[in-house]
Amino acid sequence: MNKKVKILINGIIKENPIFVLLLGMCPTLATTSSAINGMSMGLATMFVLISSNAVISLLKNVIPDMVRIPAFIVVIATFVTIVEMMMNAYVPALAESLGIFIPLIVVNCIVLGRAEAFASKNGVLSSIFDGVGIGLGFTLALTLLGASRELLGTGKIFSQTIYPEQYGSLLFVLAPGAFIVLGFLIAIFNKLQHKKA
Amino acid sequence: MFLSLSLICLTVALLLAQVNKMTATPIAEAKAMKLQNAIREVVPAFDNDPVAEAYRMAGGSGDSLLVYPARQGDELVGFAINSYSNNGFSGNIQIMVGFDMEHHIVNYAVLQHGETPGLGSKMMEWFRDATRPSQSVIGRDLSQGALTVTKDGGDVDAITASTITSRAFMEAVNRAYTVYSGSMEDAWSGATTATDEETEETTNEGGIGNE
Repeated sequence: MNKKVKILINGIIKENPIFVLLLGMCPTLATTSSAINGMSMGLATMFVLISSNAVISLLKNVIPDMVRIPAFIVVIATFVTIVEMMMNAYVPALAESLGIFIPLIVVNCIVLGRAEAFASKNGVLSSIFDGVGIGLGFTLALTLLGASRELLGTGKIFSQTIYPEQYGSLLFVLAPGAFIVLGFLIAIFNKLQHKKA
Repeated sequence: MFLSLSLICLTVALLLAQVNKMTATPIAEAKAMKLQNAIREVVPAFDNDPVAEAYRMAGGSGDSLLVYPARQGDELVGFAINSYSNNGFSGNIQIMVGFDMEHHIVNYAVLQHGETPGLGSKMMEWFRDATRPSQSVIGRDLSQGALTVTKDGGDVDAITASTITSRAFMEAVNRAYTVYSGSMEDAWSGATTATDEETEETTNEGGIGNE
């Protein structure tokens, strides 16, 4: 059990996909214009990660080495399509605001990266834990990034007003703001990590 | 190798077909609901089914637009018109504009857009802020002439830092109005039997508007 917890913590802190591995930057920078967008993107990715990790670790002995990448992609694409259909059916407003980035989870390197690096070498349970850990790390990072940008840009967090909008700087809602905030968050994360070590 | 990949693809295809079947109805319902809500929001109270009575109407340049007539009893109370512009900052913008029977804009709803969040996306609320009449389009009488932003010599304040979006929005509203005038002509002259004379009269009124 202890090992499983370790895998979980590993995904959130030591190998945090955004702050440490710097993987999957495209959806990270593009969808985090608000806290709620960042969080839903993170949760959608987490669902795909957990399911694809589980299925791939189950199939790892059936899939021949030569065709493993296409097989992984097919499995991942299936789960992404399921997420997309479900979102369109039950939360259409959210599906609209995330737009093209939901289908693009297929090519998110975190998902394929974990399939290749972890799920194809470990058991089902460990792989699920890895999916949860990495997924949580991704979700937390995206929510934090989204919340910081929303706060600095519009004075709100999760649409709750903290200070009047006119004092916010529009820059943070736009693309350059995403890079700036991400850079500072990585710096802070590194600082905290080093302190601990 | 070939076999295992084919098997995986086959299983996956079956699974996806099943999910597709399951979600098809909710997706269609969600879309219909959104359309219904948009119409309800932009025209005066009605008791017919505008979606069932919808028709296409050509107006000026570009594609014909979908018109949803709203009736209270037997009387027409307004039109909701699904208009568009391709000149948004990030391409196509779809809006639903509602008019009453006196050429006034009742309300509008943005159906689809790709504008920058925090800038152009403000158009969803910006043009109907009742506390700021210089930027609101609600209640404007379009028979007095087309709407334009102040930068182009009009009297509607554009969204701060989003003039391109604002221009596209005006274009869509004006396009809806041309279709609306067409629908009004049809309505007054008894459906589709508009004679040349009647058409001329209405255009003159709308064009000069100085009585």
